[in-house]
Amino acid sequence: MSTQPDPLPAGAARPHAGPDLLYSEEEEALRAAVRDLLTDHCAAPDVLARTESDTPHDVPLWKILAGGMGLAGLLVPEELGGQGAGHREAAVVLEELGRAVAPVPYLTSAVVATEALLACGADDLVTELATAASTGVLAVALSTAPGAPHAVVRRENGTLRGELTAVADAAVADVLLVPADDGGLYAVDAAAATVVPQVPLDLTRPLARVRLDGAAGRRIGDAEPAVRRALRAGAGLLASEQLGLAEWTLTQTVAYLKERKQFNRPVGGFQALKHRLAQLWLETVHLRAAARNAADALARDEDADVAVAVAQAYAAAVAVHAAEEAVQLHGGIGMTWEHPVHLYLKRAKSDALAYGTAGAHRETLAALVDLPAPPAAPAPVG
Amino acid sequence: MTAETLDAAGLRRRARELLAAHPPATTDRLAFLRARFDAGLAWVHFPEGLGGLGAPRALQAVVDAELEAAGAPDNDPHRIGIGLGMAAPTLLRYGTDEQKRRFLRPLWTGQEVWCQLFSEPGAGSDLAALGTRAVRDGEDWIVDGQKVWTSSAHLARWAILIARTDPALPKHQGITYFLCDMTDPGVEVRPLRQITGEAEFNEVFLTGVRIPDAHRLGAVGDGWRVAQTTLMNERVSIGGMRLPREGGMIGPVARTWRERPGLRTHDLHQRLLTLWVEAEVARLTGERLRQQLAAGQPGPEGSGMKLAFAGLNQRISGLEVELRGEEGLLYDDWTMRRPELVDFTGRDAGYRYLRSKGNSIEGGTSEILLNIVAERVLGLPAEPRTDKDVAWKDLAR
Repeated sequence: MSTQPDPLPAGAARPHAGPDLLYSEEEEALRAAVRDLLTDHCAAPDVLARTESDTPHDVPLWKILAGGMGLAGLLVPEELGGQGAGHREAAVVLEELGRAVAPVPYLTSAVVATEALLACGADDLVTELATAASTGVLAVALSTAPGAPHAVVRRENGTLRGELTAVADAAVADVLLVPADDGGLYAVDAAAATVVPQVPLDLTRPLARVRLDGAAGRRIGDAEPAVRRALRAGAGLLASEQLGLAEWTLTQTVAYLKERKQFNRPVGGFQALKHRLAQLWLETVHLRAAARNAADALARDEDADVAVAVAQAYAAAVAVHAAEEAVQLHGGIGMTWEHPVHLYLKRAKSDALAYGTAGAHRETLAALVDLPAPPAAPAPVG
Repeated sequence: MTAETLDAAGLRRRARELLAAHPPATTDRLAFLRARFDAGLAWVHFPEGLGGLGAPRALQAVVDAELEAAGAPDNDPHRIGIGLGMAAPTLLRYGTDEQKRRFLRPLWTGQEVWCQLFSEPGAGSDLAALGTRAVRDGEDWIVDGQKVWTSSAHLARWAILIARTDPALPKHQGITYFLCDMTDPGVEVRPLRQITGEAEFNEVFLTGVRIPDAHRLGAVGDGWRVAQTTLMNERVSIGGMRLPREGGMIGPVARTWRERPGLRTHDLHQRLLTLWVEAEVARLTGERLRQQLAAGQPGPEGSGMKLAFAGLNQRISGLEVELRGEEGLLYDDWTMRRPELVDFTGRDAGYRYLRSKGNSIEGGTSEILLNIVAERVLGLPAEPRTDKDVAWKDLAR
């Protein structure tokens, strides 16, 4: 029997070199170095213990990653104190951080805030972040999609006034990048703001309320393009974190089901469960392609809007599915506080909202690839 | 032959020499294909004298591109897919020198079409349960049984066939692999009409068919192992193609959406976008797999590609029928046809919907492929087997 139908002819064949979806040797070496470090310094029991402390962030680990290994500067050119690498390398770091649900502000500071500063040409601050002299965050809610509206503070008499909520990793930031109602993006010293922790669903990526009561800020550029670029990179590279998370939960679940016996057999030998795990494996293989494509597209700045939207329209469902299956298939153990799988479920679900939901990214895609929605339904009469 | 001539430049030069000696514009199609085979440019990774040069497999693309650009005829690979994808690699690995010399060239040129006589009414996913018998009679074997789901049987000159030669052994043993002449007396091909109305495949009845022992492939009783080569190659060939964005089944649906705004609803929009994303991600996964193979890093991802495309094609074509509204209630043609190829392009959405149901059954059901992923990729234990050490003749049927 023929097994593969003829592919339909392409609407418009585009002969081009296309994305590089593999990992280079250097990227694999980077992965190995980060994984080694996390194995030694970011064990699940420690992450769990930290979530219940007053300092949920692992600042010592962040200092090693950002400064010691120079990872905070991957996206920053060498002349500004960075590594002059790119999004592909940052994506590999995020895969490993996702595997460990590491409570460090890599995505928020080294990716999102750094991209915003690069967009503004705020070279002094870029250098500070890249060299780990300081940590920065973009003060918009973590759930904001690229291009979506977000809260701003008021600019009055040369100072900033207002409140921003659900700002990820604000508690460890030295500098806050704050959008104001005059269209500017302002760099605010964290000491000039009141940062109040909020109780987050994801205990490993703490959120805070940022209040400004007449704080001084330096205008570094226009907010709109900077925020859009920052959130696009954040959304695109988040897919790699989600990939790492999905992979870890799948690997742990497979290992557990090989050991765990019921009905005098390893539970993983039952076909109903094997099919669920095989399905998850298939989803993670697909997520890897989508995440690599987004990282490569951001690095080359080619097709990046579509690649990011595709990755984020796909990734959340896979990461959440993997974490939910891990909880279910670990049985009662999966419901305990001691087993780390709940940290992964909370991160996965929180990631599903971070930098825009899958639905928001599908809406973006509809415009980008010319699949417009029907007109809005008329309001009901009477 | 020196190794350095087998790089991309060397192969490109050989392709140009072939084109110079046999200009496609003035050379008969079959003559050109034979000359290409004899020049070792048919499948460059095959040995010299058998259509190849012992070159790296990845360099085939260089030759194909060079010849295609010059307007050379190809061997219509879709039409002879079973011969190319299944029979040829198995012949190469297990055939005698005489068998390779006899069969590979007409197979590659498409002069002789092949089909595959594996599945039986009682042996599909559990292929090793097959009951077609082959009994030794002097220099021949006498074969009796029934095969089913046989694509191209009505066009085929030759078939690869597995039959039971020792029923006293457990089911995976006592099987032998043969090359069956489809024109022999006792071979009867009957069309099987399908869900789509057409008869794309067949039942094949084998009644006292005499196969000379010279047409046995591999040792007597070793047929299961030989068949594994065939089946592995069947699955390797899937997913290696390169598609542009919207290059698969999502393409026609997206075009209909753009061209006919009157059909749009909000529910269909959400479903279309979800499937568009899945199609794009599956395309990228295929592209990643292709890059891995080209870089000499074959991964286990290939096992999943057929699974993914099967489900996706079914959901996309299902959406397409709904999108067409009133037209979705109609069907283009229920006439019983005997197509040489599965033609998704030339038919309507209803046909695509019905035919794609076969994608999760043919070439290994999705359920079996999920087992393969779970056991071979994830290393999960196999289900307990009650039939493993029992003689085939003693199994309940």
